[in-house]
Formats: sequence, structure tokens, C-alpha cells
Amino acid sequence: MYSQGSESLIRQARDIEESELQKFYSRLIKVLKVKEHGHETVDSLQRLHLILSANKYSRQLPAELQKKVSSLLSSPVEQLQVLSSAVLRESSLGLEYNQKNFSPLNSHAAALLLSQVDSRTDLSSYCTQLLRNLENRQSEGLSLTHTLPILNSVITHSPDCLTEDHVTFLSKKFVDWLRYASITQGGGASSGGFFTGPRSRQPPPITELDGTVSGDFFTVLCVGQGFTEDQWMNVYSFSMLRHWLLTYHSVSNGNSTVDTVSRLQHSLSHSFSNDDRSEVDGSVVSMVSATSSSSRLLPPKERLREKAFQYCQRLIEQCDRKAHKKTDTDLQKACLVEAVCVLDCVCSEDTSLVYRTFPYIKALFGRLSSDLSFARVLLPVAQFYLNHGEVAAVDCDVVWKLVFGRFPAELFNDNFLAHELLRFLRLNLDSLKFRVPQYTHFFPNLLKMLAWNSPALVDEFVDLMPSLVTAGTAVELLHTLLDLPCLSATLVLQLRAASLPIAEAGARGLVPLEAFRNPSFRGLFLFLLRTEAGTGDTIDRLSTLHELLAEAADWPRVVRCAQIVPVMLHVFFNAVIKVADEQLLAHLILVILERSSLLLNIPSYSKEIHRVFSCHLLNLCKLHPSLVVDQSHELLEFAGTTTNVYNKEEIYTHVVWVLGEYLSVSCDSRCSVNLITSCFEALEAVLFEITSSTPPSGGSCPAPRVITTLMSAMAKLASRSHDLIPRVSLFLSKLRTVTRGGSVAWCADEEDLVSIVTRGEELWSLLKTPGVAQSVLTPPSYITEPRWHRDTNMAMPLRLRLLTHLTHSQ
Amino acid sequence: MVRCFLIHTICPVSNLGPGESRILYSRVFGPNEATFSAQHRGLSPEEKRLLQKEKVAVVARQVQSAVCLSREASGRPLMESVPGEEALALQEADSGAMRLRAGEPFSEEMSALWLGVQSLAFTLVCEAHENLLLAEGTLRNLSRHCLEQLHMLGQGSEVLLKSDRVDALLGRVLPHGQLLFLNHRFAQGLEKEVAAYASK
Repeated sequence: MYSQGSESLIRQARDIEESELQKFYSRLIKVLKVKEHGHETVDSLQRLHLILSANKYSRQLPAELQKKVSSLLSSPVEQLQVLSSAVLRESSLGLEYNQKNFSPLNSHAAALLLSQVDSRTDLSSYCTQLLRNLENRQSEGLSLTHTLPILNSVITHSPDCLTEDHVTFLSKKFVDWLRYASITQGGGASSGGFFTGPRSRQPPPITELDGTVSGDFFTVLCVGQGFTEDQWMNVYSFSMLRHWLLTYHSVSNGNSTVDTVSRLQHSLSHSFSNDDRSEVDGSVVSMVSATSSSSRLLPPKERLREKAFQYCQRLIEQCDRKAHKKTDTDLQKACLVEAVCVLDCVCSEDTSLVYRTFPYIKALFGRLSSDLSFARVLLPVAQFYLNHGEVAAVDCDVVWKLVFGRFPAELFNDNFLAHELLRFLRLNLDSLKFRVPQYTHFFPNLLKMLAWNSPALVDEFVDLMPSLVTAGTAVELLHTLLDLPCLSATLVLQLRAASLPIAEAGARGLVPLEAFRNPSFRGLFLFLLRTEAGTGDTIDRLSTLHELLAEAADWPRVVRCAQIVPVMLHVFFNAVIKVADEQLLAHLILVILERSSLLLNIPSYSKEIHRVFSCHLLNLCKLHPSLVVDQSHELLEFAGTTTNVYNKEEIYTHVVWVLGEYLSVSCDSRCSVNLITSCFEALEAVLFEITSSTPPSGGSCPAPRVITTLMSAMAKLASRSHDLIPRVSLFLSKLRTVTRGGSVAWCADEEDLVSIVTRGEELWSLLKTPGVAQSVLTPPSYITEPRWHRDTNMAMPLRLRLLTHLTHSQ
Repeated sequence: MVRCFLIHTICPVSNLGPGESRILYSRVFGPNEATFSAQHRGLSPEEKRLLQKEKVAVVARQVQSAVCLSREASGRPLMESVPGEEALALQEADSGAMRLRAGEPFSEEMSALWLGVQSLAFTLVCEAHENLLLAEGTLRNLSRHCLEQLHMLGQGSEVLLKSDRVDALLGRVLPHGQLLFLNHRFAQGLEKEVAAYASK
């Protein structure tokens, strides 16, 4: 598809010599001087466009060429309009903003003008021009259909271009376009042949998508052989209706300083004027609107709301019809989404419409909820329930069961649904917390989407995760996150098991797939696939599950999933410290210790997780130092296990550090001498073991950092219980003696060994004066907290001030 | 509204580093957003243009990595289609949606929809509140027209030299970035116009 030829074409366009380019320019000027533009003009302009667009930096066209190209903007040949506007878009900088230069204005020139607008003022005057264009119903120049989207683009970028008058005017126009388009087919419908009488020359009525004659007003779901301009306007106006409703809402809120009374009078006077087409021939009394109160008497905005309501109501009915074409079936779904969103908009502005709208929404939900192919249509329906369910006192539980229950469970592999569902959650976090608090319990289900498509959704979950972390879910959520790669593998298996018959060759030989089908392991997989939290934090046979899934460790989906778990864990821990009490945090520390050896065996996965664990273990203990005394038993057990030195170096180092740092009376008064002594002894035993023997067969030496951390921790403990000082000193002196020989079995690198010994000597000399040792190794918090000693800017002035004070007082 | 439409490579290109994408066509709708941001007020028109180009390039790179990751995860072998099999190629195409956070790279949050057809991607960046079902349908429609009219399944370079056809197509199906609810009759009318334009 992308050939070497294309690549070299781009290179040529980029590397073209200046002299060659100038030649090309002058040749082009000559070509453009000819009155009739033929193939050569088109070809040259296409090449010029490629040269300009292939470059990152713009090239300045010669003034004459620019002028010639500009004049093509108003050429009657569309191709020349397109090409000249494309060339100018790429080249002309500071193109004079002036519509008169491009008269009559066509759609391509108008787009060029918009792209070159250089200030809000320009945009404002452009906006005014466009509105005047709509008002005058000009037949020449920019067609009405193209004016509307440009206007939409303008108000997207700068809604404050609109004045209250504009809003009134456009709202009235929208009513006309939406509700009073012709109901007969447009041009070219019947040719009126020789045998056809005058009767059949009458254009036939429009039809519905299923072929029946349409009995109501025109909508985007009506078809005919051709369409009139007002029918096109109907399509355009409905396409931008929602944005308009959102925008005018913000405009009228923003301009609240305008005298409200005059605005009201103004809008009322407008609504009584005859400038709308409700009485023009060809309009039709709608079945839908016949029942509603006479909306003619309403001010323009309310009237537009009313008409929008009727339009959407009709669309929803039209979506019930069986369309002949697949594209129309898809369009029906898109129309349902739009209709429900528009209804949501108008109901948000006028709550009285909620009662009229809900029956339709309810019926729609009832009709579509059993068909998962309508899932993406049901999201706006859910949004409607969320926004207005309370006003209408409607029970929404069944909606949430579907959206948080069935959708993620059965459609986790639908990229678009996942994108929309997560956006829905993110935008509604506040109201969900308030109205649907049970939504956090669906986290095992919601995480399926993340497990399936981790790289694409990690961004969304970074935002969502904090809302899922509550005191009630934290522990289970932590386990679930750690097993996210298992969930990812299980989802793959679930789909494969469904698509591959048991007898098929591809299905055999895969250990995980066979395990997935094996009834004795069913419970394990069902736990992973649970939809709601609350059945238990985790399962007993986790290691069995990990063994069964060992083969999945190199599946790309599983590997990618494993890569995002550390990120999610960081978000989790940062959120959990805000909601958890000490008891829960203590529980989390236990989970950290336990799960550090219970992870799916993916290369570097454990290491990454250990790093996150270490970081947050430190954080938790720093925030709540008494956690260390609380959990001293488990922490000691962990620190006293020699194998942890070798296979969990990172987390082991941090456990030892927190023990040394926080096992102290100043952190928790429950910290007894016995506790300090038993901790000391556990660390001493490990340190002795690793420094007196060779590492376990085939393993590497203990990390130097582990050894120094152990020594420091022991010295810290000894500084708090002076009886222990001789034991540390003895060890350190032995260490010096042993290493005098130069090499030892437990440390391969000579430099490392020197550093270890130096650290040992420093600690040893410190401990010789226990008072100093205590102030250095266990300083009172008022010294460490402001961290004066680390901050030279703070420490020096402080010292100087003290000295000055002393000298002056003498 | 749609902010931009682009066609770009998702395969390794000899002259580019890994992870980079060659943009074959790009069209940004509406005014340059740097004009309205306080942060970029002082920029010259040239710098604003460059900024816009870089934003488009960021989207292309992000989509490229999204498509590659999605293909890697699905593990499906890539189908090779030849000219004439456009409908099949589209059916087999990978597709997805991506969130572009505010400021990354557009000033407001956007959704990027992509369709990966063999070594190329068609990408539509639209405002986050847009009707994505409609946007997806429009993207498929645009992609089909591009594939067919510019013979993109073949070896040619028409997408580079005849980009005005894409402009003309966008002018009808996605005028000024406006997504339209077009039923098959409206679409047929436009298709005729597009075909007439291309046959000139």
C-alpha cells in the first residue's frame, strides 16, 4: 500500500533545489496566465501542493503566483477551487482576511478563510457575515447548507461570537429547518414522460426507511429519490442541533449581564413576528406535535426545545422500522444515540420535559436492553437515567446491572464500547458516587476491559482508579490488580474456548485452555471472572492458578497487561492512604508481604511489583510509624528469612530499613526493649548467615545494599538499647578482620567490599560514643522533620544567626 | 465536530525511526486553535502552522502505536488485499478509539478514532462529546472512498498527487468537519458527485 515510489516522491518534494523550484514557479505562472485551464494546470497545482505540504516549514510563494492562485478560488471549476485553496492553506501566511477578495464565496474558499483567521475579532466579523448570509437567503455565493457547518465550527472555537440576538435568530431558524421541511421528494424524482399526466408530475411523498409512505414531518431517516434544499437543511440542522443546544445554553449563561427584561421583551416580540414558516404551505400537522400544547406562543428557545423534543420523539419511533440497507440500520443506531442525547439536553434545561420524556426513554430501554448489539445506544440512555431518574423517581437498578454488569462481562473486547463506557464513568464520577454508590463493587468487572486492552485504556483507569478505592474494596482490589495478567489470560481463554471446539487440533496441547475447561479448576477461573466484588479478597489456590497459566506468560496481551499493573498499583496506593484507617493499612502491609512471593511468573513482573511495593511500604510506614510496631511480628518473620535476601532484594531492603528506622519508643510507646532485641537478633542471624557462607548454589551474591542496610538497621537498634552495642561492635570488628584478606565469597566486587567495610567502620566508631550514636542514628523528630541539615540554604543562615546572637549578647 | 482527518503509515518506513509515521494526507478543520490560546498568543503565523503540523504528527504517532499494540495483542495474521478487494480490506481492518487528553496535543480533550487497513491508518479526531457511532460510520465511509478512488490497495502514489480528491470528498461527506446524519439516499447523491469529480 505504501510503496517505495511514494516515499521517494515525498523525498523529492522535500529536497527540491531552490533553482528548480523557482523554475517550476515561473512555469506555473505562465500556465496560469492562459484563460482556459486544462490538464496541465491541474497537474502543476497538484505537484505544487505536494511540494508545499511535504515540508514542515512553509515556503513563500512569489507574489505573482500567490495572486494567480488566489484568483482561482472563485473559478467556476470546482477542482480549481479545491486545489487553489489547498495550496494557499499550505503556503499563504497572513492572507488578508477579507471576504470580498473571494467573491462569490464558495465552500472551499470559505474553509480557507476560516483556517487563516488570525484573531477573535476576525472570527466575530466572520460569524456576523455568516449569519447575514443565513438571513438573506442568498441564492448566489455560499450555500445555506455550507454556511451552517462553518458557523458551527466558529462557535465551537469562540462561542462568545454569538450575541443574544444571534441566538434568538438561529433558534428560530432551527425550528423552521427541523420541523417544516418539505414532505415531498426533491428534484429528479419523476421525469414527467410523454404518457404521464399532470397528476403524476406532482412529486411523490417521502418514504420511511422500510418503504412505507411517510405520514409525518421530514427527518434524517426519511428517503426519496432526491432531496430539496430545505430537506438538506433539515439534515444539517439536526446534525448540529445538540452542539447548538449546548452552546446557546452557555452563551445565555455567560451574557447574564445583559438586561434580562429587555432580552425577554425582545425574544417575545420576535416569537410573535411572522418570520417563521409554520404557516407556509407544505408543512404538515405532526402526529407527534398535535398532542402538545400550542408551541407557537413560546419564546424562541423554548420553542426550539419543544421542536427538538418532537423531532427526537419521531426519530425514536422511526428507528423501530426495519431498514433495507445495512448502512441505514447503522444510521438508526447513531440517530438513537443523538436523539437520547438531545432529549437529555432539553430536559436538563427544562425539567418539566422530564415527565414527558421518561416514558419514551423507558420504553426504549425495555426494547433494547436484551440486545447487546445496542449497547452503545444504551449508554446515553443510562446517562439519561442518571441525570433525570431522581426527578422522575424512577428505579434505575436494572440499568446499572446492565451497564456495569453485563456490558463489561460480555463486551469487554469491544474497543469502542470500552472507550465510551469509561468516558461515561469518568464524566459522571461525582453523581455516580452519590446516586449509584454500588458501582464500586463492579470493579472486578470493569477491570476486564483494562485487562483486555491495557495500553489503550490505562489512561482512563488512571483517572478512574481512585474512585474505586474505598475502605470496603481496598484489599480485594489490591489482589485483583496483582492478578490482572491472570485475568487477561483468562479472558483470552474464555474467547478461545468459545470459538474452538474441544475436538479441534488447535485447542489441544494448550495447558491453560485444558485447565480452563477442566471442571476441577473451574472455581479458580470463575473467581477471576466474577462480576462483583464481595465474595472474598482472593482465593487459596492462587499458586495453582499461576502454575496453570504459566504458559500464558508470554502471550502479548498478558505481557502488555503486566506492564501497566505497576502504574495502577501506584495510583491505588496513592488513593488508599486517603481513605484507609490504620487497621486497613496494616492489612495492606500483610498483603504486600504475602503477595511479594505469589505472582504470575512473567519476566521482570515480580521485580517491578516489588519496586512498587517497596516504595509504598516506605510511604505507609512514614505516614503511620506505629504500623511497624503493630505488624512487627510479620515484618520480622519476613526480615528473618534468609532466602528473601536473594529473591526479593528490593522489598527485603526496605523492610529492614523500616524496622531499623521505626522500631523505636519515639514512634510508638509500645515498643519494648524485648521487641528491639528480638528484631536485632533476627537481623543479626541473617547478616551473619549471608556474610559467613557462600551464596546458595547457582545464585548471585547478596546485594551490597542489603548488607549495609542490615548493618545500619542493627546499629540503629543498638543505639536505642545500649546492651546490644557490644554485639554490633564485635560483628563489625570481625567483618574488618575477615575482609583484610581482600576477597570473600559473598561479595564479588572489590569496590563494593571496600564500601561495606567503610560503612562498618563508620558505624563502629559512632557506636563507641553511645550518646552521639543515638542523636545521629535515632534523632528526635523535631530535628529530622524540617530537614535543616539537608538544606544548605536553611542551615547556614540559622547557624550564622545563632553565632551572631551569641557574640552580640556577650 | 471533527478536528482533523488524516491518512498515515503504520508500517516501518525506511527513512523514519521506529515509532514514527509518515503522514500522507492531513486536513485540519476550522481555525488554527493556537489563535485562541493565551499560551500561544505571541507566536508568528509560521510558528502556529508548525505547531498545528506537530499536533497532527503526535496524533499519527499515537495511533500508530495503538494499532501496532492492538495487532500484536490480537495475534491475527495480517491479510493482504489487492485492488478490487476494498470492501474486504475494510472488513478485516482493525479499529479502535483513543482518548487524547486536554493539552495532549489539542487544547481540549478529543477522541481519536482509527481504522488500520494493512500498512495505513485512517484517523478521525473529533471532539470528545461527539456521537462516536456516527463518527465511526463516517470514518468507514471516508476510508472506503479513499481506498477505491485513489487505488490505495495498489502500489501507486495517487494519495499524494491527487489529494484534491480527498478534499472534495471531505467537502461533501464531512463539510467543514461537521458529521452528518446521511441515510443511504443522501449518501448516494453525494457519492455520485464525488465520482463525477474524480472522473474529470
